[in-house]
Amino acid sequence: MSIDKDATSVESKGRRYFLIGMTSAASVAGAIGAAVPFVKSWTPSAKARSAGAPKICDISRLRPGEILAPMPAWRGKPCFIVGRTPEDVKRLETEQDDLADAASEKLDRQPAYARNPWRSRRPELGVYIGICTHLGCSPKHRSEEGDFYCPCHGSRFDLAGRVVKGVPAPDNLDVPPYSYLSDTEIIIGVDGVDEEDLAAATHDASTERA
Amino acid sequence: MAASSPAGPLTRLMAWVDERFPLTRAIEDHATKYYAPKNVNFWYLFGALSLVVLVMQLLTGLWLTMSYVPSGDGAFASVEYIMRDVEYGDLIRLAHSTGASAFFAVVYLHMFRALAYGSYRKPRELLWLIGMAIYLVLMAEGFFGYLLPWGNMSYWAGQVIVSLVGAIPFFGEGLMEWVRGDYGISDITLNRFFALHVVALPIALIALVFVHIVALHHVGSNNPDGIEIKDHKDASGVPLDGIPFHPYCTVHDFQATVAFLFIFCAIMFFAPEMFGYFLEKPNFEQADPLKTPDVIAPVWYYTPFYSMLRATTFPMFGLAAKFWGLVVMGAAILIPMMLPWLDRSPVKSMRYKGLASKVMLALLVVSFFVLGYLGTIHTTPMTTAIAQICTLIYFAYFVLMPWYTRIEKTKTPPERVT
Repeated sequence: MSIDKDATSVESKGRRYFLIGMTSAASVAGAIGAAVPFVKSWTPSAKARSAGAPKICDISRLRPGEILAPMPAWRGKPCFIVGRTPEDVKRLETEQDDLADAASEKLDRQPAYARNPWRSRRPELGVYIGICTHLGCSPKHRSEEGDFYCPCHGSRFDLAGRVVKGVPAPDNLDVPPYSYLSDTEIIIGVDGVDEEDLAAATHDASTERA
Repeated sequence: MAASSPAGPLTRLMAWVDERFPLTRAIEDHATKYYAPKNVNFWYLFGALSLVVLVMQLLTGLWLTMSYVPSGDGAFASVEYIMRDVEYGDLIRLAHSTGASAFFAVVYLHMFRALAYGSYRKPRELLWLIGMAIYLVLMAEGFFGYLLPWGNMSYWAGQVIVSLVGAIPFFGEGLMEWVRGDYGISDITLNRFFALHVVALPIALIALVFVHIVALHHVGSNNPDGIEIKDHKDASGVPLDGIPFHPYCTVHDFQATVAFLFIFCAIMFFAPEMFGYFLEKPNFEQADPLKTPDVIAPVWYYTPFYSMLRATTFPMFGLAAKFWGLVVMGAAILIPMMLPWLDRSPVKSMRYKGLASKVMLALLVVSFFVLGYLGTIHTTPMTTAIAQICTLIYFAYFVLMPWYTRIEKTKTPPERVT
């Protein structure tokens, strides 16, 4: 029997399909495996993650009605740290009709301790990620109007970072996890529910002081 | 010359090559015996010009990488270094930045030609789809390249466009972080955009352009009459209304290239910033993650689509307006791909189509320009309303096409080209 004849016989066809099936299955598995490092290498590297370490901010010189300057950055994003006057606080508690999510019902936008009318641990101080929830521009703090205004597409947020109705931004500004180290210092990036965690983060070499 | 006369050295060299590589056949198939319709006009120059710009971009881009530093600390300074200290660096850089705008200008004119003369119709559906793929890759190439100077507009336009990904429900946030490789646009993002801009996408672009030309030479050029020259051939199989691509078309393309380069150089020498449309003011400041420029606008060639994104201001079906903005923008960019199957007219060319087609094409062009302009300025309720109307017109051109092309009264195209 010649080789040619054998290669076209019915049995060898079955064998060929079996081999093709097996090699295809193995190739697909291999391709998926090989794709993992290529896909994963695009996620934030160890360097990027450590640059996102907690940040300590001195708030001793922040006065009510002002925003902390120079603006600190956490994970490369601007952080709005605003001092609020008693009148501001009162406004946050009473003027809620224009707001899209006055009661902070979207849970992933703030830690549990910031689900209150002033969206912060203490009423007189607010901490927000200064990135508009529309398309990522940085809104500007307007002390006269007492709000944050995004110049890109006209979104407006109150002093608790709550978005007003009818603007492009869908959500309130994010509240980062943060804790008070003392009355004059806060740390951004740590929830601080655990005293030990807090102490560890504070003494972490990668923690930056602003 | 008699066949018996001894061949010259050049002829013998050609014969030697032809035995090993189909050189003479390739030249004949694609130039001297490739027949283009004899009635092609001005609008048929922009395909060749796109190729010219592609070569210019590859050349100037290659030279720029020799002095550019792809890092958050070094990028902005290295562009300044190229502009001030590298010999003729400013010319090479401005040729590249002007070239980006020129690329889109000629590609948009090339696409308009296809719309006007029905070049996307059978048998050129694949040619059109490959062309659309080139356009998409070109948009990505332009976007990645725009981040590289690391100016403040580069940074914030990048931030805004990458944030669009975040509008996708459920995966958006994670996907955004994956694309950036960081919690915001950073040095890491810059490096990967650089890699995509100078390696991955140029390779894709060259491959697609090659396939585009292969498809074109298989089906042959359409023409302003929208009829097939291959329907009427002489005894030897040469289309009666065809002329050899070389020398008859090449000489036109060559002339057009010279004229184009005059205009190109005038812009590059005297108005490389084009009053902020080619190079924007905030981009002469280094990227600052803490300070957004007053007006964020993409470069002019994306602004029509950016306007549509901004014009989508209302939530629908429980999904945020931001998500629908992304959907509208994506649909607007992709919907021309459907053209070969939307156009039901018995004729291809606008010359023989009815009034409805002409009005719709005119409206499309006007709305595209208006959207393009609106995308560069601040929004007000007025501009948003205009942008919404123009967005509707833009989509109407495509979505209503199966009806208006069928109902309208068309003229009978001639048998032979005019």
